[in-house]
Amino acid sequence: MSDSPSTALGGRELRKDLAAVRRRGLAIALWVLAALDLLVFARTVSPGSTTVFELNAPPALPVPALHLPVFATLLVLGIVCALLGVVQYLWKGNRQTYLLLGIGLALTGVAFLAWAGKGETVDIEGLLMTSLIEAVPLTLGALSGLLCERSGVINIAIEGQFLIAAFVGAVVGSATGNLWLGLLCGALSGGLVGLLLAVFTITYGADQIIVGVVIDAFALGLTTFFLLSLLVPNQMTLNSPAVFGPIPIPLLDRIPVIGPLLFNQNIMVYLAIIILVIVQVALFQTRWGLRVRAVGEHPRAAETVGIKVQRVRYRNVILGGIVAGIGGASFTIGSTGQFAHNMTAGLGYIALAAMIFGRWRPLGALGAALLFGFFDALQFTLSALNAPIPSDFLSMFPYLATIIAVAGLVGRVVPPAADGQPYARE
Amino acid sequence: MSDDPVRPGAEPRAGSSVLARIGGFFLSGNVVMVTFLAFVSALVLGAIIIILASPDAMAAWDHVGRAPGAALGRSWHAIATAYSALFIGSIGSPRGIVQAIASGDGAKISSALYPLSETLVSTTPLMMSGLGIALAFRAGLFDIGGQGQLILGALGATLAGFLLPGLPIYLHLPLAIVVGAAFGAAWGFIPGLLKARTGAHEVITSMMLNYVALNLLTYLLTTALFQRPPRYQPVSKAVAATAQLPHIAGPSLRVNLGIVLALISMVGVAWLLQRSTLGFKFRMLGANREAARVAGVNISRQYVLAMTLAGAIVGLAGAFMVLGVDHQVAAGYGGTIGFDGITVAILGQGNPYGVGLSALLFGAFAAGGRTMQLNANIPLQLVQVLQAVLVLFVAAPGVIRTIFRIRVRGAGRVFGGWSG
Repeated sequence: MSDSPSTALGGRELRKDLAAVRRRGLAIALWVLAALDLLVFARTVSPGSTTVFELNAPPALPVPALHLPVFATLLVLGIVCALLGVVQYLWKGNRQTYLLLGIGLALTGVAFLAWAGKGETVDIEGLLMTSLIEAVPLTLGALSGLLCERSGVINIAIEGQFLIAAFVGAVVGSATGNLWLGLLCGALSGGLVGLLLAVFTITYGADQIIVGVVIDAFALGLTTFFLLSLLVPNQMTLNSPAVFGPIPIPLLDRIPVIGPLLFNQNIMVYLAIIILVIVQVALFQTRWGLRVRAVGEHPRAAETVGIKVQRVRYRNVILGGIVAGIGGASFTIGSTGQFAHNMTAGLGYIALAAMIFGRWRPLGALGAALLFGFFDALQFTLSALNAPIPSDFLSMFPYLATIIAVAGLVGRVVPPAADGQPYARE
Repeated sequence: MSDDPVRPGAEPRAGSSVLARIGGFFLSGNVVMVTFLAFVSALVLGAIIIILASPDAMAAWDHVGRAPGAALGRSWHAIATAYSALFIGSIGSPRGIVQAIASGDGAKISSALYPLSETLVSTTPLMMSGLGIALAFRAGLFDIGGQGQLILGALGATLAGFLLPGLPIYLHLPLAIVVGAAFGAAWGFIPGLLKARTGAHEVITSMMLNYVALNLLTYLLTTALFQRPPRYQPVSKAVAATAQLPHIAGPSLRVNLGIVLALISMVGVAWLLQRSTLGFKFRMLGANREAARVAGVNISRQYVLAMTLAGAIVGLAGAFMVLGVDHQVAAGYGGTIGFDGITVAILGQGNPYGVGLSALLFGAFAAGGRTMQLNANIPLQLVQVLQAVLVLFVAAPGVIRTIFRIRVRGAGRVFGGWSG
């Protein structure tokens, strides 16, 4: 869009204003976290209580559990958080705002766990494991959105691509008994949905957001329809796929703590990491990536130097669909096996949020996906601990975080300039 | 859209017959025609899906070489069963209705009109959420947060409905409706304010607020304030009788005052958009933001106002559902209705009367879909697929143009990127 929101609202002063507000806002956010540690958590702790952080290690190198005195832990973490806030407030040229906030959030997470688990044992390894597994579809979905939006097409259909690929992956994996074929077909079905989005938005110039939203409704209706009419009567043959088992990577999987976490996972986790690296390198280090970004930022200029804008967009939207399709397949043949009604439950939209929260960058998307996955996993841990915090508030976290991020209160979020703009040759 | 050139007075190809010319005249540049053709396309696609899901028909297709008649016959049977159930469930049997009215028996008339009553019951919230979202559309805003606004509206109406028992109905009912609208308005105000103050795109913020609302609802249904006393299930306390919308066609039919209020709202929104200064500013903003700014429209304020108003109207959808039909809220209340409001608004092309008609169609789909599921054993979700396909084609008239080889103006509304 040629006119940025700030021009509509009174120009440059406001933008400058916002930068200062963001810097201060972030410092205040950190102080609020510190206050949470010190004033809310620490006050309700009895002096002698400890929390046990258990790190299940592989048998080769057992790691002893950590016994932390709760009060002292909270005190230290709270003070560190407050100091981070001071640093943020004084450090005017700081461009790593997200890093500081990330550290602050992580520290508060530990403080929160210490407080919620007082007198009990917290299974850290399990928590991290669940976070990582939750983060896989989120990362892939975010990468899908990123591939599309970097070329200028908004992909709200991630949710629909997830659902259809999860469905196809389960059915093909179950009917043929071949999980790899299921994964392939799942990925291709995601690509097909991408093609649908591309035809409607690129060739026919329909609104990208509308088409995306409607594709999501279409996918939900279609998968549920066939689930009830075809899969439920033939549960054994059509909806009972096996799931990918863990593939230990020799030697690396024996590293304490991170070994089993990172190097003894199923193919989905490895695939997500590989795709992430490929997208990161391809987008920022190759000629292809430069062209894609040019199309997303200024299609007219790209066209004048001979780049075929529509073709680049088509390719990227289909590619994005395939990546989302892999993420979708991970819901069924990557974890639970069976396809269930609306099993993605809005995770496609969280993936979109992770992309935005990660500021249209692959590594940022990974960070956001891990953070969101962590908060999702935290709910299970907390319900196991009978923590006095309703899990519903934790579920709200990714959404609230995204709202705060797009509102620009903690760092700037700038989409590609031509994102969402249909392009027609003159 | 330069992709979709409007060629005023473009003649049909030379050499085409008179008949084709007449056909071309009726087929060109006509919103109604596009919608109709989109509807036909959706039904055809739906028919294919029905055949795919019918084991009978698919088995016959296995032997299509030996017995092509059987394959076609079974397929036709499957399609006819499904679509006739859809029709009977939404409108009823026309002959049955005539006979019942002729007999003059109240109970018979009621049961013959039951499908129509169900259609109107389903239409009410769809119309309200469609109207709210259409209002935002016209101001150039894409309110994707209907689900959250509907939940908040339902929560507000429920709260006022059970918290103040003993009030007379002429105070209690309006109060519950107003509280519902206010709660919905608050949920629309947030994305409006964020858009005006920080430029945050309303699609993202309102979408995120949907999930915040869903979790808020789940949480509130565990609190002593909301949860019904034995407190085993995530169900709210019931709305007092003095806050319920009265039935308008006898106690055995669920159709209630909500549909009347929805129709009044439709006229109200149409008046607001076409006749009032505020509506004029909204439309200016939607048509050309820069021009509106140059003309002295306070853009930030209109954004906030439009989103707040949209939220209030969608909130009323939730309020009417609670006060008219369910009388309580449960976890996940409202289902996809707030989302369906988007498709209703798109199908109605942002025009309040168009939205009313679209809501009626989708209401009929919803009521008929339930009967189809019961009688023809075809999952309700077929209706969701039909709606999505219909709206997809309406949003991209160019596709219809290509399929049916007709000329159609326009390429639908385009909102532009995240930053706008």
